[in-house]
Amino acid sequence: MNPASEGEGKLVREDEREPPYLYPDYVGTRLRAPAKPLVHLPEGFHDFPAPLFPRTIAELDHELTRQHGGEPIGERIIVTGRVLDGDGRPLRNTIVEVWQANAAGRYLDQDDQHPAPLDPNFSGAGRCLTDTEGRYRFITIKPGAYPWKNHRNAWRPAHIHFSLFGSQFRSRLVTQMYFPGDPLIPRDPILQSIPDRAGRQRLVSQFDPETTVPEWALAYRWDIVLRGRAATPFEDEA
Amino acid sequence: MTAPLTPSQTVGPFFGVGLPFERGEQIATPGLAGVIRIEGQVLDGNGDPVPDALLEIWQADDQGRYRTIADGEGTRGKSRDPSTGFGRCRTDSEGAFSFLTLRPGATPAPDGRVQAPHLNITVFARGLLRHLVTRLYFPDETAANATDPVLNLVEPARRETLIARNCGGVLHFDVRLQGERETVFFAI
Repeated sequence: MNPASEGEGKLVREDEREPPYLYPDYVGTRLRAPAKPLVHLPEGFHDFPAPLFPRTIAELDHELTRQHGGEPIGERIIVTGRVLDGDGRPLRNTIVEVWQANAAGRYLDQDDQHPAPLDPNFSGAGRCLTDTEGRYRFITIKPGAYPWKNHRNAWRPAHIHFSLFGSQFRSRLVTQMYFPGDPLIPRDPILQSIPDRAGRQRLVSQFDPETTVPEWALAYRWDIVLRGRAATPFEDEA
Repeated sequence: MTAPLTPSQTVGPFFGVGLPFERGEQIATPGLAGVIRIEGQVLDGNGDPVPDALLEIWQADDQGRYRTIADGEGTRGKSRDPSTGFGRCRTDSEGAFSFLTLRPGATPAPDGRVQAPHLNITVFARGLLRHLVTRLYFPDETAANATDPVLNLVEPARRETLIARNCGGVLHFDVRLQGERETVFFAI
């Protein structure tokens, strides 16, 4: 890690962009955040390449609306964007995995006890590979907000979980994409754990009128930037 | 020109629908010569099991090479040889996980030294806003472990958290997220 100290504008360490491990407002962190400092390895030790994913990606894995006999209930949407490295280069042929709640805010998970209906036509998981320009594309339904027990009357804003590999071991990222204008965003400790406003904003997708298909589906655009090979500090745009 | 990185968020409690895949814990096929079984538990700061964690192993092959997309094998197409060096396992209600794999070879360090055989382990869980990275070293590699450049960065009293225990032929490795015998985690 390079503490940034030179160049134009204020530079920050990559680390300071990320949520801390301990964020007491998110109660789940209290007994799970490491209490001892992480051990820093010299540069390069985490620069070995991303793995071969041991399963095949099928042609329709990116269409979450076509995995069952009928169409799922809810607002059909297209979610698309590019996966880039820190230098702005597209990451081709990289795996993007997503999972989400259904339109009623319920996951197909036996531990999800939210009394909202399951949808027999929606499993809520998909995978795809980025194309030659680093683009991914999913067709899904807009997930619902759902309650959780973090604090009184706690509700998660609507979100889609994303999992990415990128080019290196250190590129690995699991994160969540949110929707613009969601009134739950300022009240969500998971999103608010990200220290700077610009960082939080980077997890909020944008309505994409260009990709929206007339008479069929609204589109949201969300680009993802992964760590590349070396730890390079970058300019703070704040 | 540099682009700001996308921040991390927790995997949450409901990743079961999206991330685990069938036989994900079998990095090597059962019955294969030399296959080793790894078992352990993920525990929180109270020593209680973490039933909603996901572990990934990325490891080198027996020659110390990481297999990658750059090998020209791609990801689309026919099913993969099981020994891609990558596996995934979620914890059960007791916080327990297990993997089957083959022992990796020693790998070169970026500075030219040799790293003892090890497995890279990534830990995701509800309550982890970022994933954690640790390593499993082998208990019978005493000489290689003694000169391993990464183990030598760790204060001696904590090194044992990175070395699996041989329990009747099964390698046992617990991940303690917090507390007295907290596992050593590495900055990513």
